[in-house]
Amino acid sequence: MKSPKTNNSLMTLILFFEQLLNGIQFGTMLFLMSAGLTLIFGVMGLINLAHGSFYMIGAFSAALIAALTESFWLALLASLAGAAIAGVLIEIIIIRRLYRRDHLDQVLATFALILLLSEGVRWCFGAFPLYLNIPNVLNGTVPIFDNIIYSKYRLFIIFMGFLIALGLYILITKTRLGIRIRAGQNDRQMISALGVDISKLYTIVFAIGASLAGLAGAMIGAIQSVEVGMGEPILILAFVVIVIGGIGSIKGALVGSILVGVTDTIGRIFLPELLKVFMESSNATSVGSSIGSMLIYILMALILIIKPSGLFGKS
Amino acid sequence: MIIEKFFNKWIMFFLILIPTCGVIFDEPYFITLATKVVILGIAGIGLNLALGYCGLISLGHAAFFGIGGYVTGILSFHALNDEVLFSWPLAVSGSSEMLIIWPIAILVSALFSFIIGLLSLRTSGVYFIMITLAFAQMLYFFSISWPNYGGEDGLSIYMRNSFPMVNTMDPLSFYMISLFWLLFSIFISLRLINSPFGMSFQAIKQNEERVKSVGIETFKVKLLVFVISGTITGLAGSLYTDLNRFVSPTVLDWHTSGEIMVFVILGGMARLYGPLVGAAFFIALEQTLGSYTENWQFWLGLILILVILYARSGILGLFDKKLKHEK
Repeated sequence: MKSPKTNNSLMTLILFFEQLLNGIQFGTMLFLMSAGLTLIFGVMGLINLAHGSFYMIGAFSAALIAALTESFWLALLASLAGAAIAGVLIEIIIIRRLYRRDHLDQVLATFALILLLSEGVRWCFGAFPLYLNIPNVLNGTVPIFDNIIYSKYRLFIIFMGFLIALGLYILITKTRLGIRIRAGQNDRQMISALGVDISKLYTIVFAIGASLAGLAGAMIGAIQSVEVGMGEPILILAFVVIVIGGIGSIKGALVGSILVGVTDTIGRIFLPELLKVFMESSNATSVGSSIGSMLIYILMALILIIKPSGLFGKS
Repeated sequence: MIIEKFFNKWIMFFLILIPTCGVIFDEPYFITLATKVVILGIAGIGLNLALGYCGLISLGHAAFFGIGGYVTGILSFHALNDEVLFSWPLAVSGSSEMLIIWPIAILVSALFSFIIGLLSLRTSGVYFIMITLAFAQMLYFFSISWPNYGGEDGLSIYMRNSFPMVNTMDPLSFYMISLFWLLFSIFISLRLINSPFGMSFQAIKQNEERVKSVGIETFKVKLLVFVISGTITGLAGSLYTDLNRFVSPTVLDWHTSGEIMVFVILGGMARLYGPLVGAAFFIALEQTLGSYTENWQFWLGLILILVILYARSGILGLFDKKLKHEK
């Protein structure tokens, strides 16, 4: 017979493992957001606050198609396509004029774009949240080890996240487009002098970033709800990620995402528990959850003190 | 510059005319709106020092606005409920006296701007924008998850804090108090801009390397500007809580940072009265568009994009150019 104490610590271990997976799942979604953001900054030098709007547009496109066709897979495709189309249109009409401007103009224009897009979506779809259903194949749980069961859908998200990370790696390092993107990061004038259509390249990069954000929005929309403004909290986390990882570095975005995802999830769950050792339980819960919500920012501050240009950034 | 001064006189005239009209036509709502413009103008004037004059693009001034607001809310909440604020190491109780609240709000926002500035100013460019944003967001999430002061629901204080011999609940009196602080912050900015210290922080905006090379420690200069800027914005936050008799995490939301920045840009950067004009334009837009359509933010976004793409020098800049042509 196991003593209650070992049983208890086993439970904690299982909880920890589950939360670790949740953290990684959250991290992979953050990666989809921050990869686009960091790519757009690296290639075009644009700071895009409206990136969260593509997350929202992707989720709404998916919800719309899911309601029409009742197919989750078509909905995922729609999220990619919807966000990419919106990305191309917005790049051509507005964003293109901002590349030569300073960061302040970019911040303000994309901030204004958020107001415009959020309100536009509310106009079309109304203020009530929509729901996306998880397909039957991915419903339920799977056993991972003896005692641990985990949601199939969340595992699917982790899998998709890593698949896309791999895809991006291949795209950037092995394809012609990737070579152009890297060249664009290094020397903009030189590659346009070599005959690469730079404005087309920019539109493509922007569309890739937007569609990744859209896909993330649709996948998270199925766990939470699809509503206006859903992209903003995750946008700011994506900023934290790329500050930690180093702006312009996709590798940094991957490492930063997982770091932020895991720290945030584990911190919120375990900090209150940890504080209960020191103080009374109700106080520990409120203090712990408040500090837990600040943990990633503290992490960011620490990394900045050690390395102001982020983990993988060029100084 | 002479033309701008001419306009500034008109702005002062409107600052007196509008509330007077409010009294004559018995429209207290008018005075409240004017007070809101004045307070948001102060917040913008604070940001303008860092953003317009020193080139520090802070997307986190909501933090200071919110801290000023929460300090005011918390102090008067404790005074109202007759609870001690904290009992260790000294027993401190709350207060509902503006004359006590203001210095505390100023001190606390100065302290926070010092800490945030110390960390953020290690970086520059995009990093600085994102880090100031992230710190403000950190305080936002803290205010939501901290249950003692209302959490997400915010904190109501029912009565405006008091000022000796003045009935602060009277809209006109409170307007006058806010107007005093507006003039004070304009005066401070003016003195700063024309001082040697002001020359150095304006030079930093142009070329930091050169300023360094003449032997000025730019980090210290930037930090000091950032602290003064955050403190003025914090004071505006304190007044804003008194205006609404309510403070909630919304004041710490990053949209607030964006809006304060919009005031500065709409009015025209690095212009003393710019943020005030920007705030007035913003509130006027909100009121008129809001009365026509629920989706006024859509149109606001559109107008902002057009201003940024085509009218870079803001409203005051627009007039400036026109008058120059007429000459």
